[in-house]
Amino acid sequence: MTMTLIETITVGSGGAASIEFTGIPQDGKDLQVLVSARNTSTSTIFRFTLNNDTASNYTPLFLRGNGSTASSSVFAPLNNPFALEQTIDSYTANTFANGNLYVSNYASSVSKSISGDSVSENNATAAFQLLNTTQYSGTSPITSMQLFQTSGLFAEHSTASLYSIS
Amino acid sequence: MSETPVKIVVDLSKPKGQRESIIELTSAELTEREEMRIESEASQAAQDKSEKATAAKKLSGRNKLLALGLTEAEVTALVG
Repeated sequence: MTMTLIETITVGSGGAASIEFTGIPQDGKDLQVLVSARNTSTSTIFRFTLNNDTASNYTPLFLRGNGSTASSSVFAPLNNPFALEQTIDSYTANTFANGNLYVSNYASSVSKSISGDSVSENNATAAFQLLNTTQYSGTSPITSMQLFQTSGLFAEHSTASLYSIS
Repeated sequence: MSETPVKIVVDLSKPKGQRESIIELTSAELTEREEMRIESEASQAAQDKSEKATAAKKLSGRNKLLALGLTEAEVTALVG
């Protein structure tokens, strides 16, 4: 297995509502995105779409801990599936969540399976751990990926690194 | 700092160093973002409700075991 860094993006001052990778090379088997993220507001999870597809073609389920209890959920298809955890503005200053989102067989012409794991950071009881999967029913090869906030922004110094797995 | 939120677009078909663009969201994108915010808050609220219900059931079950005469240590050994 070879893991090749395609690109790393660091959010600059002022933040960003989304990070979008376009023109993804089609020469790999799987895609992996490693993210270090902090939200400027109160949103504990950022979202993703593939190929700018904002229809309800994503079926997520997840197992999540919040520092005191654990829960699991299966959702009806969404148009803005969960990507990964992130620290929020009220959490310990200068801390960032980290996580990984993995897209299998991204260049294929069948539906795609996505898995993620992530943890947020906070010097308090409340901090999240998330294991999630998403079944994406789109069958086109993945040429773009959008990581986005539904409220607030990716804070300055958040990073996203896209890797090709072959 | 721009008042309008921006997106970072990384065009991987371009050579390194020329890939990154910072673009202000269009009014259509801002509208879509607001719609997604409303939807995500609804799904988050459902998730929070589920987590609270799980915690309440856990506490209720624990209290019932204690009421049966089990000690705290025994209940913890059983259900954590």
